[in-house]
Amino acid sequence: MESPARSWREYPQRYRLEAAKCTKCGKVLYPPRVVCPACHGREFETVTLPRDGHVVAPTVVRVPPTGFEEETPLPIAVVELSNGVRLMVQVADMADPMELKIGDPVHLEFRKIQQDGEAGLLFYGHKAVRD
Amino acid sequence: MREVAIIGVGMIDWGELWEKSLRQMWAEAALAALDDAGIDKVDLITVGCMSPGLFIGQEHIASLLADELGMAGVGATRTESACASGSLAFRAGFAEVASGLSDIVLVTGVEKMTDVDGGDATYTLGTAADREYEAFHGITFPGLYAMMAQVHMAHYGTTSRQLAAVSVKNHANGLLNPHAQYHLKITIDDVLNSTMVADPLHLFDCSPITDGAAAVVLAPLDKAKDLAGNRPVVKVTGSGLATDTIALANRKDLAKLHAVELAAERAYAMAGRTPQDIHVAEVHDCFTISEVMVTEALGFFEPGQGGPAAERGLTALNGKIPVNPSGGLKSKGHPVGATGVAQIAEITTQLRGEAGQRQVNGARIGLTQNMGGSGGSSTVHILEVV
Repeated sequence: MESPARSWREYPQRYRLEAAKCTKCGKVLYPPRVVCPACHGREFETVTLPRDGHVVAPTVVRVPPTGFEEETPLPIAVVELSNGVRLMVQVADMADPMELKIGDPVHLEFRKIQQDGEAGLLFYGHKAVRD
Repeated sequence: MREVAIIGVGMIDWGELWEKSLRQMWAEAALAALDDAGIDKVDLITVGCMSPGLFIGQEHIASLLADELGMAGVGATRTESACASGSLAFRAGFAEVASGLSDIVLVTGVEKMTDVDGGDATYTLGTAADREYEAFHGITFPGLYAMMAQVHMAHYGTTSRQLAAVSVKNHANGLLNPHAQYHLKITIDDVLNSTMVADPLHLFDCSPITDGAAAVVLAPLDKAKDLAGNRPVVKVTGSGLATDTIALANRKDLAKLHAVELAAERAYAMAGRTPQDIHVAEVHDCFTISEVMVTEALGFFEPGQGGPAAERGLTALNGKIPVNPSGGLKSKGHPVGATGVAQIAEITTQLRGEAGQRQVNGARIGLTQNMGGSGGSSTVHILEVV
């Protein structure tokens, strides 16, 4: 079981989609880092990610890892947001997961991602929903 | 730097080895390599192992294993870079001998994967992805490579049938390898009709869960020549190691394996070789798409031509560049920490001309490529007959 602190410190990214914008070169980093991989800058301002984007690399996971048994088949994808930032998210609310394709427009919604045992922590974050 | 040679190789039969513990498998492989080399003393032991902590609840295994061999007192260290842990152990051993820090190094790789159930094994392998930003969302390793396959297919027109050809070829080679986990003759249709694991990858596009161990022994070239007798001496001429972003979301081009390209560039430069010089290769086919992408990254084929090349038989035992004569991860099995060392053992066996039915005729220069996770790390080694 993960400690509450491990989940808590990710809240700004998972709950509020907070990213770091490099004040030197303008690159937006999600998750935030202490050094910009593009220009090695070390100063950032906090920005919020846009919620709209499109699917870059989709798949449907049919054999789940522990904890996701009840959610398979699980559509999941690398999504590129409208500001160019990419992230991996589940794709929710699909009647037929096989319909998920490269280029599909999506937006992000706040959802429950997983649950740590029957009386454990609930983990929230964002999932994509097709437009 | 001193020149370094491989003086012994050891394999055990791989599979779901319910009756054997990690330490027993490891000691059997280690003894096989020491016997093959004709020595009983080493200066150092390196152990490639990805996750004994999660797979069997045991850390500190380098010391545990040195003791298991009756060698407590000898220096021992474990290397970890997910599925590339084994080749990291080889590179660490190579650096020890090349630098003069050690003379004789026992390089080993091991993983015991069947002491946990399938879900926990999938979870443990998933720890090689970005825990907080990939695995958190439920992605698996087949899922990560499936995403790369989707992009490769969309970009280059690679087909499921081409991917299946990789699996059919590796299973055909595995039939000729007594150490392989599976001895199955399969067809393209068997692959295409097998259960979907993560679209577009079927069960037969995926390497299995395996228990196994492998070992090789390294020595300075002069000493290797003394010990060789009539056998060919196999020298390490190139070693490349590179990284890439672990998270797929941070990669510019998901149809390429940049860490493999960089590791290859470094190994080729060190050996003074080009892709056209290579006679035989063992590469990291954890999934069929990875063999396709790796053969492109190594420069054997142009980007996008890896799939058609596999389908045309260019990578078969009698092809232009035979790839995975051992059966690869697909058929030989993939005990993650052992894989990189077993690749070195196979290429050494090929270069010695001792590979039996799966011998690649006239092989004198061979290459191994071992990859961590979804391509977040890769090594490339080049071996040559002296």
